[in-house]
Parts: sequence; C-alpha cells; structure tokens
Amino acid sequence: MDILRFITAGSVDDGKSTLIGRLLYDSKSIFQDQLEAIERAGQVNGQINLALLTDGLKAEREQGITIDIAYKYFSTPKRKFIIADAPGHVQYTRNMVTGASNSDLAIILIDARKGVIEQTFRHSYIVSLLRLPYVVVCVNKMDLVEFSEDVFLNIQKQYLEFAKDLNLKSIHFLPISALNGDNVVEPSNSMPWWKGKSLLHFLEEIEIHTEEESPAPRFPVQNVIRPQTTEYHDYRGYAGQIRSGHFTVGDSITVLPSGLTSKIKAIDTFDGPLTTAYAPMSVTIRLEDEIDVSRGDMLVVTGKEPVVSQDLEAHICWMDQKVMTPGSKYLLRQTTNAVKVSIRSLEYRVETSTHEKKEQPNLGLNEIGKVTIRTAKPVAYDPYSKIRGTGSFVLVDEGTNQTVAAGMLL
Amino acid sequence: MTSTHRLSHLDQLESEAIYILREVAAQFERPALLFSGGKDSICLVHLALKAFRPGKFPFPLVHIDTGHNFDEALQFRDALAERIGEKLIVRYVQDSIDQGKAVEEKGKFPSRNAIQAVTLLDTIAEFKFDACIGGARRDEEKARAKERIFSVRDEFGSWDPKLQRPELWNIYNGKIHVGENVRVFPISNWTELDVWEYIRKEKIDLPSLYFSHQREIVWREELVFPVSKFISLDGTDKVETRTVRFRTVGDMTCTAAVESEANSVADIIREIQISRTTERGSRLDDKRSEAAMEERKKGGYF
Repeated sequence: MDILRFITAGSVDDGKSTLIGRLLYDSKSIFQDQLEAIERAGQVNGQINLALLTDGLKAEREQGITIDIAYKYFSTPKRKFIIADAPGHVQYTRNMVTGASNSDLAIILIDARKGVIEQTFRHSYIVSLLRLPYVVVCVNKMDLVEFSEDVFLNIQKQYLEFAKDLNLKSIHFLPISALNGDNVVEPSNSMPWWKGKSLLHFLEEIEIHTEEESPAPRFPVQNVIRPQTTEYHDYRGYAGQIRSGHFTVGDSITVLPSGLTSKIKAIDTFDGPLTTAYAPMSVTIRLEDEIDVSRGDMLVVTGKEPVVSQDLEAHICWMDQKVMTPGSKYLLRQTTNAVKVSIRSLEYRVETSTHEKKEQPNLGLNEIGKVTIRTAKPVAYDPYSKIRGTGSFVLVDEGTNQTVAAGMLL
Repeated sequence: MTSTHRLSHLDQLESEAIYILREVAAQFERPALLFSGGKDSICLVHLALKAFRPGKFPFPLVHIDTGHNFDEALQFRDALAERIGEKLIVRYVQDSIDQGKAVEEKGKFPSRNAIQAVTLLDTIAEFKFDACIGGARRDEEKARAKERIFSVRDEFGSWDPKLQRPELWNIYNGKIHVGENVRVFPISNWTELDVWEYIRKEKIDLPSLYFSHQREIVWREELVFPVSKFISLDGTDKVETRTVRFRTVGDMTCTAAVESEANSVADIIREIQISRTTERGSRLDDKRSEAAMEERKKGGYF
C-alpha cells in the first residue's frame, strides 16, 4: 500500500468540506461516535451536515467556514489517503499554498451553477506554480443543474481554455454531487451519460510519479551523529533524508557548497547497514574520508551536481501582513540549510486570475511574484521544476520569527 | 538510471517521523520527548532510536505523572527508560496541587486532565525546554486535525489556531522567542491503525493493558470504567468483572476500557479494522463538549 496526498481547493460554498465528508462517509471511514456528534449538531435540508466532520475549530463551526487546513485520513485496501482540506477564502490563500506544497494531486471544485470563477483561476494558478502533477476538476452540485451534460461540458471547455497557458500536466474532469454522493464513491444513477470512474475509484487507480525516481541523488545533511563511546569511538555519520534519487556504497560523493569529495563507506540504519538507499528514506551515511561536513551541506553524486550560487531567482508567495519591499533581509530555509538573504528586486507581481505580470514596488499578503535574491553564502539547489525537495524554500522574518514567504527556485 | 523503488506507507511515515525528530535535534537547544508509557509515545521512543542510534538521544524523556496513572504503564515506562539507557524526568501533578498552583476538580467524574497542563508548563519552565515532542495524531480529534507538526505556543503555553505558521513542504520553522516553546508531533500523519501496524511490523513491546484481560469495572455513561482507588463509587454503581482491554491509556479516571478478547497485536488490528467507534470515543475528557480538546489546547495542554 502507498500514500496519495491531495488537496481540495475551490471557493467558499463550493462544497469542499461536504465532498470530504462524503468521501469519508461513503468509504465507511467515519466512526459511529463522530457520526452521532454531527447528527446531534443538526441537519441541513434533511441531510446530516457532513461539512462538520472537517471544520474542527469552534470559530469554523460558528461561522460555517473553513479557516485553516485540516488534515484528514482514510484508506481503502489499495491506498492510504491524506487530505489537506484548505480554506477557499482569498484571505487564506497562504493556507492553500501550505496544503498544496505537500500534495501530489489537487481536486478543484467548481459549482456547476456558477462555472469557472476567479477563485478557480487563482487556485489553478497556485497548483500550477507548485507543480502538482495531477488536477482533478470536480464539477459539483450537478443535482442543482438537473444533472445536465451540457452544463458539465461547457465548464470543461471553459476550464481548458483558461488552463492552456498553465503548466498542468494532467487534467481530469468529473461531474459530481457531494451532497447526494453522485460519482464520489459510487457511480451516479442520475448521470447515465457519464461513463468515467467515480472520484474515489480514480484516486485509487491513478499512478503517482514522484521525484523519488529523479536521477539526481540529493542528500541534505540534518545532523552529524558522533556517539564518542568506546564501542563507536571513531563513528561519524551524516544523518538525513534522501530527497531524490538513490545512493549506493562506493558512490563518489561531492559535498556542497564546499566542493570536497569522498566516497560512501557505509549507509547505516537502526535495522542494519544497506547497500543502496533511495528517496525518501531517512538514513545515516558515512564517508571514506574525514572531511568537513555539517548540517545544511548537501551530499550529491559526483558528476550530477546541482546549481551552486549566491544569486537566486524565484517565484514567491507572500504570507505576511507586513509587505515585502526589495532590500529587506530575511532568513532563507532551504532543505536543512539556513542562510541570510536580501531581496534584491521584485521583477513583477502576477495577477493570478489573468496571469498578467505587473510591475509593483512591493508584495502584499497572499500575492505572488518573481524576485531575485542575494544570499550571504553559496546555496546548492535544483530548479523547483526539476526537484521539489531542493528547489523549495521559505523566508523567515528574523524579527518576528514568522514564516513570511514560500519560494520556488527557477 | 531510474529507480523503481517505492516505500510502503509505513516506511514513508517512519521516514517522515525520523526526519522530524532530527529537525528537532538540530533546531532546538533543549528539547524533550513527552513520554507517558502509552502506545503512541512508545512508538516515538522507537523512532528516536532509529533517528539517533548509535548516538544517545539529544533529549530526555519527560513524564507528567497525574497520580492517576495505571501501574502497568508506569512500570513499563521505567523499564523502557532503563533498557535503552536514556534519561527519564518525572514531574507530579500532585506537587502542583500541594503547592496550590492547581486545583483538583470536584464532582462525580473529577479528572486531572486539565490541571496536567499546569505541571507541564512548570516543567517546561524548570528545564527551559524549547521544544516538546509529543505523540499526538491528527486523526484523534478534530481540533488536533488542525494542528501543525511544529506548533508554536506562547509563553503561557497557549495555542492560537488562527495564527499558525504556514508549514510548507517539509521545511519546519522552529525559530521562537525566549519563553515560547514548540510542540512537535512527528506522527501527526499516522492513524490508529498505522500505529498498530507499525507496532506489529517492528515488534514493539507494549504495556499489558492494551491486551485482553479480566478487570473489575463499572458502567459510566455507557462506557466501561476500571475500578480503582481514584474513582468514587456510590450506591448506583454496580461492580462487575469483565474481559476488557484499553484502546488508549490515560488517567484511570477518564480512560474507558473496551470489552474485547483481543490478546495479540494481530487480533487488535482485526478489531480496529471493523470497529465503528474512534479511539477517543473511550475518553470521557473529550465528551465534555464539542470543543473540549480545542479549549484544553488553548490552555497549554497537548
């Protein structure tokens, strides 16, 4: 069994929470006591309010909106699923970016009555920017448009027109009614014209390709393990999680950013040594030579080096109330590395609903733009489009300690 | 060359948890691992062995003993710390009560669950812990489902669900001001079933409480409660002997047992697979109100 992580996106009242509730309910992943709790809380149009399963905060239940991401779990015999239930409000865009950053797939909900709207554009743009390999567009509330195939096809056409400029690798469409359960887990009797799979069936079957299969081996060092005991007197292991590719004992290694080289002497785990280890395994690597390696360094296979530079270009999503102004300094965290940086310039801000690039003096909360960054010391990275694990970063405001931006290196 | 390896879901969850534990070791000066002798924290200790051996743990194990714990869990706790040779710190809710810092609840179902936070916060202050690793899982409860893996608490230990830091990819921001601390949940993405499947795969030992045994019980609000010196019985309570086990182990005053014949990990996995109630369904502390867990967390609880 493997894991599929997905995010649900869409505007307020498009029925995201109801869809998740329906997925859990119809796949029998809801427990009796949870069901009784939401039954006690009352009904909506004669049905239990499945949205209450995901809105975990008091303020959310009071206001009937989702404020922050909730993670939900369910499994079928084929797969374990992790759902990031992200809010739809514009003011919580940063939470959507958060949810998307950890997902393999996005479900974008569209209200069949409203069609493609600004939030659809915004969310699709974010999904494309974060390079989620798969998008499933669920046209919801089909029950309110008399299960009309024409309505569905029109929305599909409208979406594809908009999406042709986006970097979405694979887009699938599904007509559903989350409220009634049509095409969510069970195929719908009300839409005989629809010959495709149900959403759950689709999610179970889709092949997940991840960067574990990338040919470029990347191992950011987290900690140096030095027991200094009699038994392990000279032991010096580099602990970390392999971000992509695989490493084998005997491989020639380059340490970045220093450029020092050695060979892999051993790959250790608590359960014994390995000959080969691959992403995303957490292991401890020992090298043949006593060279200087510490947290934040990256071990790579010699000949397959990433970019090493002090000048970075990136797309960033700004996540703080305080606007970002070029010239400001932040702490950049990328893999296990932390380095001081200064934003040199803001090249443009993107209008997410039209893809328009606008010149702006600064970047405000929930805005996305392209920046150039100068780092205090060289950083080893890959473009985000090649390896998400080494091409992503966050910026931290050292005054408030807040995470103020999500970045994707170009 | 393309690698065609794919980790199983348990191996992925394990690797993620080890990565998180190592981030705690790297980002904090004085972390602690909160260890109660329950199955989730026992898994955390096992994961820490995987993350740091052959080195020592970069943190002590810390238990906030409410004084209402099961003897079996306490004995297990001490034996495990001894076996792996790691430091165990125990602090007592009773001491907080004796010092007048915490006030015991009154009534028929008094619980020390809420005042446990008082002792926890004092312990954090005493040792200046800047990070506390806990075994909470997001599938346990709806407020927990909202929590970040690195969850920043202010100097009062308070959680503000509306002001959580965005947590992107697997880049964790552990930067805090003096006096604040971070609660870290390495097994956030695990479910109860994942924990049990992991226990089976790794052959992890657990206290006997989790397995079927005979015990004196009383019925309280349709739940099976263990008879102990900590619960007050009155004329309406009828003591019976039943075959039970515990799905979750907290205080004897608020942890209900389930009637079960499951006495092996494999039996338990089968039982959970067909169970129609959640693990937390047997916790009286969560049944107090819709927002019981959220309110406790805002007050400094896990």
